[in-house]
Amino acid sequence: MKRSPIQDSGNVRAGCDMVLEIKNLSTHYHITEGTVRAVDGVSLSVGEDQVFGLAGESGCGKSTLIRTIMRLLPGSASVTAERLSFQGQDLLSLSDKAYRENILWNEISLVPQSAMNSLNPVYRVGDQITEVIQAHWDMGRKEARSLVERLFRGVGLQPELTRSYPHQFSGGMRQRAMIAMSLALDPRLTIMDEPTTGLDVLVQERILRELKEIRQRKKNPMSILLITHDISVIAEMSDRIGIMYAGRIMEQADAIELFNEPFHPYTLGLKNAFPSIRQMDRELISIPGSPPSLIQEIPGCVFAFRCPFAMEVCREQRPPDLEVRPNHFVQCWRTDHVEEFRKRAGDKSTWQSSKSMT
Amino acid sequence: MKEFLFTQIRIITRHRFGAFGGLVILFFGVIALLAPVLAPHDPWTSLATADGRLAILKPPSTEFLLGTTSMGRDILSQMIYATRTTVLIGLSSGLISIFIGANIGLLSGYFGGRLDEVLMRLTDIVYGLPFLPFLIVLISLFGRNIWFVIIAICCIVWRTSARVVRAQTLSIRQRQFILAAKARGAGDGRIIYRHILPNIMPLLLLYTSFNIAWSVLAEAGASFLGFSDPDNLSWGGILYNLWISGKIRVAWWWFAWPSICIILLVSALVFVSRAYEEVANPRLRQR
Repeated sequence: MKRSPIQDSGNVRAGCDMVLEIKNLSTHYHITEGTVRAVDGVSLSVGEDQVFGLAGESGCGKSTLIRTIMRLLPGSASVTAERLSFQGQDLLSLSDKAYRENILWNEISLVPQSAMNSLNPVYRVGDQITEVIQAHWDMGRKEARSLVERLFRGVGLQPELTRSYPHQFSGGMRQRAMIAMSLALDPRLTIMDEPTTGLDVLVQERILRELKEIRQRKKNPMSILLITHDISVIAEMSDRIGIMYAGRIMEQADAIELFNEPFHPYTLGLKNAFPSIRQMDRELISIPGSPPSLIQEIPGCVFAFRCPFAMEVCREQRPPDLEVRPNHFVQCWRTDHVEEFRKRAGDKSTWQSSKSMT
Repeated sequence: MKEFLFTQIRIITRHRFGAFGGLVILFFGVIALLAPVLAPHDPWTSLATADGRLAILKPPSTEFLLGTTSMGRDILSQMIYATRTTVLIGLSSGLISIFIGANIGLLSGYFGGRLDEVLMRLTDIVYGLPFLPFLIVLISLFGRNIWFVIIAICCIVWRTSARVVRAQTLSIRQRQFILAAKARGAGDGRIIYRHILPNIMPLLLLYTSFNIAWSVLAEAGASFLGFSDPDNLSWGGILYNLWISGKIRVAWWWFAWPSICIILLVSALVFVSRAYEEVANPRLRQR
């Protein structure tokens, strides 16, 4: 969880600058059955040279959030937000064309989900990266090729491999190639959607380590918005963590603080469900039930149905985004009872009682 | 490009029937190109035998390798010139129709929605067009001309390739690497022609081959019924001349050569298609 130092560079902005700022962003899909509130009032900001880890179960709206930022939404989606800005520039009012020419990949790049299948099978891997570089930059073919070889070396692939086809790569190699591609234009922000899913733990570990090294080597600071359901990856990489559930961010804080002093019952429940090295003999407790359907409007807290500490008000009114500590936000009505929650959360019967309540 | 060509040659020759088909196509292609050089006589001149009499309905001999017609014309020369017409019509209508079909299929499958609706209903309508009546109407309106035959064939043949390409595009459009390309800022044109098209290339070549075969057959059928350009003799046209001469029971050679050539060329094209069908997967190419 070590922050890499900001490297000296000509165009570094002030360290406290926010690279990505999102305030009250909602993305709704309008389908025949109704409106799916995939992302419902999300606020977060990614600082310069920061790794923001966004954790959440499948279907909680993580990918929709990325697609909203990258403008990859289908026609059935509508986006509203109070603020969506990149390095102070408003993205909401920016035209698609300007976004594509100036921001996309130049400034914000993506390591897509299932990066293993994200390479076109009929082109050599190197050519695909060369294509991106030449599409965005005025650069000769030869120059672009040698840049790709340098990028390959950077992610731990031999430069000769640029001439291979994707099917000749292993999963880990393809993942590295995708990371190389995302770094090609030296972007300020890279969004990584489940970057290590589907890889075995050893490869996962090695790629994460290399990613840290790359960030340290880089001249210009690069922020990462890391999105995964794997808490251990988040814990290893992130400076700041957001816990997403059913389209909302339940709790966000700096990484160490979030793990040491969680406020939200959902975060407490998640902690229970993962093994800890310090308490090897601890029994893992899962949260009973499943996330709510996002198609009906939920007036109160989205977690209330599964929360063992839920009260009347939790079901009726949406909790505010409470700043319980500086820069530590929690969407919960009962934060003043957190000491009691923390005590009871380690007890399996607490969670079972919530099941009987629903 | 050179690499692409070599790959295509490798695909065809690795398959035994494909290699045979490729050779047959090459053979007819060379004949078509060199027709004026190869033909021993003018195809329209009535020839005389050594004793000065008209060479009417002579069976194959050393003098007239493939025999003569009822007008004393050399069938070998007619066959050579007819190959030129047939190959020209087959190739151009095959290529034009695959061009139309592929683009309609790609646009329809990629964009979907209203455009898809319009293009696919258009395809449905074309599916309802019967070829021969369509050709007859076209020719009676504009005259018997080789270009109208090509246009008529193109108007009909593209429909199947459009549907197949659309189906394939629908599936590839949903693949992860297309979304990844979009995320990189690739526009619609780049995605369609640089990312989707190469992935359906084997299918496209397969249907190019099919379309050419279908065009050759359609042309033969149309000219046998007399709906062809009288100035450009084709294989079907030779059969038509035989039919109107009324000598079909007598002159087996007049009937045999064009029929054999039609069967040979069409099956050669189908064999090449088969070779492509087996390589519809680019992964196999590098090994």
